[in-house]
Amino acid sequence: MELLGNLAFGLATAMQPSNLMFCFTGALIGTLVGVLPGLGPMTTVALLLPFTFGLTPEAALIMLAGIFYGAQYGGSTTAILVNMPGETSSVVTCLDGYQLARKGRAGPALAMAAIASFFAGTVATLVIALLSGPMAALALKFTAAEYFSLLIVGLIAAVVLAHGSAVKAVAMIVIGVLLGLVGIDVNSGVPRMTFGLPELADGIGFVPVVMGLFGLAEIASNLEKPQDRTLLTQKITGLMPTGRDLRQGFPAMLRGTVLGSLLGVLPGGGAALPPFAAYALEKRVARDPSRFGKGAIEGVAGPEAANNAGAQTSFIPMLTLGIPSNPLMALMIGALMIQGIQPGPQIMTEQPALFWGVVASMWTGNLMLLVINLPLIGLWVSMLKIPYRMLFPAIILFCCIGAYSVNNSVFDIWVMLGSALIGYFFIKVGVEPAPLVLGFVLGPMLEENFRRAMMIADGDLAVFVTRPISAALLAVAVALLVALVSPSLRRKREVAFAE
Amino acid sequence: MTSLSRNPKDLLAGVLYLAFGLAGVWIARDYSMGTSSRMGAGYFPTVLGGMLILFGLLSVIRSFLVPGEAVGTVAWKGLALVVGATALFGVLLEPAGLVVSLLVLILLSASASRMFRFEWRAAVALVALVAFCVFVFVRGLGVPMPLFGSWFGG
Repeated sequence: MELLGNLAFGLATAMQPSNLMFCFTGALIGTLVGVLPGLGPMTTVALLLPFTFGLTPEAALIMLAGIFYGAQYGGSTTAILVNMPGETSSVVTCLDGYQLARKGRAGPALAMAAIASFFAGTVATLVIALLSGPMAALALKFTAAEYFSLLIVGLIAAVVLAHGSAVKAVAMIVIGVLLGLVGIDVNSGVPRMTFGLPELADGIGFVPVVMGLFGLAEIASNLEKPQDRTLLTQKITGLMPTGRDLRQGFPAMLRGTVLGSLLGVLPGGGAALPPFAAYALEKRVARDPSRFGKGAIEGVAGPEAANNAGAQTSFIPMLTLGIPSNPLMALMIGALMIQGIQPGPQIMTEQPALFWGVVASMWTGNLMLLVINLPLIGLWVSMLKIPYRMLFPAIILFCCIGAYSVNNSVFDIWVMLGSALIGYFFIKVGVEPAPLVLGFVLGPMLEENFRRAMMIADGDLAVFVTRPISAALLAVAVALLVALVSPSLRRKREVAFAE
Repeated sequence: MTSLSRNPKDLLAGVLYLAFGLAGVWIARDYSMGTSSRMGAGYFPTVLGGMLILFGLLSVIRSFLVPGEAVGTVAWKGLALVVGATALFGVLLEPAGLVVSLLVLILLSASASRMFRFEWRAAVALVALVAFCVFVFVRGLGVPMPLFGSWFGG
């Protein structure tokens, strides 16, 4: 009953006209930008972050969450209509969604994606409300040693679940942690790696780094590719899925929701895993697997549900432990800190309006996506027609102004430019930059908790294995590492990412 | 240099890890290491730098043994224009003001596209974009950017 009371309290916050408006604006702008080619949720949220600076913390987080779902839904739209995924999470939607669109069934595919997302979003909201209480209670028992072990689990999980080479992912995390240490050392007051620059005393700015790595570097790389897209010329007629679509899609939606909710909570789960896993599952349970890749509605419903459920449950570690499970949540933590709120288990008790308001707004946000997306499909299609050559100068411009506006300092533009060059280099040598961002955010927490734990334990490393929770967490980390090097899982992982 | 290696991508990635690792260790040599119960500022950077040097060496050695893909061609013109446009925006923002630096940024970066040509639609988009930034960011959100900088007595 406490759960219902909390949700009702949250809904009251989320339903306030101003918050409802921010939620709506976020979802709308998020979809609008997410539909634009070459802009995934990460870049979209980073680009739109400056718009939330003047808001209250609740409104800012509600709007950012709206932008996030919107951008994700926009990515699915482009995947279905032009076979162009905005980012890795909608790669799978391309497989069957685009085939459906080619058969003239883009309408039902888009509607199914929206319905599956809404359903998954509703369930995931309940999961968050159910799980976050116990999680936060557990987190309050954590000391520095447990936090350190938990961070290690998160980082190792990120490596295991990242696609591509594990060694590269580890190296990227280490570079990220190293860059995260720049600035004044809180324990000794020594400015570290600042090159005597006062601008670096508070560390390297998170937003300029993300904008450089994901925004500018992408543009430089996109300019090398041929710039033509095959746009679906057929008119979209008939949105409603048929009875058969619903019968086939509904069980897929259920399975996708369960799978996505579970995988989303995993630290480091990221955006890519839930939809990939859901697609593989649908293919396995289907009576006729050969339909997949040729326009099976389950191939849209399952992954879309998993995607949205995972995106939402990934808020759990962020809101209850203050630990981001993927780079996007790291961005959300960055937004909270800009608002002057220290993320962690205390948010739930000290800022119940913020916590429950954000949780409830996830549901209202999903409802809005359902309401605004389907009637506006025509608008999204016309957005898709904007040529990239008109678009990318505007993206560069928003990156520049966005980087500047965090601290109102030109220095951050230089940080962004440096990150862009490094990011471009990463793209060229085939290294995924996402783990770097995770390391960058978790780095200072990692060091701080390690040093504090060692100080309390008087320099005895055994503290990490004698405390039961910490030992259990480290055991999980070791198990993940073993799984990573074991040949059978390695093969499975390669197959999963190759599909 | 890359033609020597069988996996240029790994070689370059390894060189980058080495660069970061060496920089970390080199800069941290001035910071105190402390003891294990009271770690100094230099402890973490040195350990992390050491790990990166190790990864870098592994990656470089591997690149001579295991064959891999070549690095794709770099479109220097596009890269230079994107970087140049951003850099000029940074240089011009305070002395010349937002309007001028935006015009420079947009025109310069737009010319990075192979399809760049001047047409009335693009000109309208340019004016609309500048107006949007002025009204939304400066007027609406109150980002303290000068519209016209010190060069114009602003």
